[in-house]
Amino acid sequence: MKKDWPLWEVFIRSKNGLSHKHVGSLHAADAEMAIENARDVYTRRNEGISIWVVESSNITASSPNQTEALFDPANDKVYRHPTFYDLPDEVKHI
Amino acid sequence: MSDKDLLFAYLLRLGDNSLILGQRLSAWCGHGPVLEQDIALTNIALDLFGQTRSLLQYAAILEGKGRTEDDLAFLRDVRDFRNCLLVEHPNVDFAYTIARQFFFDTYHFFLLEQLQDHSDAQLSAIAKKSLKEVTYHLRFSSEWMIRLGDGTAVSHEKLQTAVDELWIYTGELYTPDELDLELAARDLAPDLKQLENLYLRKVRDIFDTATLSLPDTDFMQTGGKQGRHTEHLGHLLSDMQFLQRAYPGLTW
Repeated sequence: MKKDWPLWEVFIRSKNGLSHKHVGSLHAADAEMAIENARDVYTRRNEGISIWVVESSNITASSPNQTEALFDPANDKVYRHPTFYDLPDEVKHI
Repeated sequence: MSDKDLLFAYLLRLGDNSLILGQRLSAWCGHGPVLEQDIALTNIALDLFGQTRSLLQYAAILEGKGRTEDDLAFLRDVRDFRNCLLVEHPNVDFAYTIARQFFFDTYHFFLLEQLQDHSDAQLSAIAKKSLKEVTYHLRFSSEWMIRLGDGTAVSHEKLQTAVDELWIYTGELYTPDELDLELAARDLAPDLKQLENLYLRKVRDIFDTATLSLPDTDFMQTGGKQGRHTEHLGHLLSDMQFLQRAYPGLTW
């Protein structure tokens, strides 16, 4: 049975205001079952208030052997990081 | 009987239903057809155990004889259990498990809907909390009734076989006995006649969608609510109660 069921990626939003985060994957026959399975597999400990599922085959991923071309050029451009400001202590989550 | 005694007897019926079905479902742990359903079934089992605890704790208090929820669960013998026959039926296979679950969830859902407004504040609170869980249980088992019933020829046949065999154990859910009538007369439990209509409408509705045929029989087995059980319950209890019987008073 399992090999007939496609793989789904699961995204959970833990609370309002935050974005959905990828938490894992599971097998399900269709989107509705994927949501129910995700509820049972990934939100048993009060982890979420919203679930997204997407069939894994619908995700286009960057290729591992292009890592150098894609990401290395950003390595030596420290000026793109906002690290040259003095932040007041009261400002959190930066 | 005083209202208190009646309520105690009623709480045993409710608590034993959840306890025995939870025990049955938990046997799927590690054996589910796929990982996702394994977790789903055992989640439902845990919900049911949580409800059992609330119900039997309250029953023990009402009884006032110093027994605890654990005494009620682990030290009563077969004839003292008051669960309906349906929930003690063995798992057999996934189709039987889903059919049993669907019949019970449908009954459970409509029952809790009415128990929410119970005059007893404690029972009403337990019902409100349980209803959220059972709404999901019913959604889960209804979905699977449709998937299996309206699925492949094999899944349809397996589910129809399960439904045909379990059917005679479903009448007990909504057929009142003396205690049910007395409880209803004193406004301590919902009128089962009304529940029967809601229950059968939902069952017919899902059977239609799932392309299942309603079994063609009027005979319904009874006895569980009075403590006359099928041969299956004793075996279940010998597993469930083994530790407390072999090592009385053992704790974690």
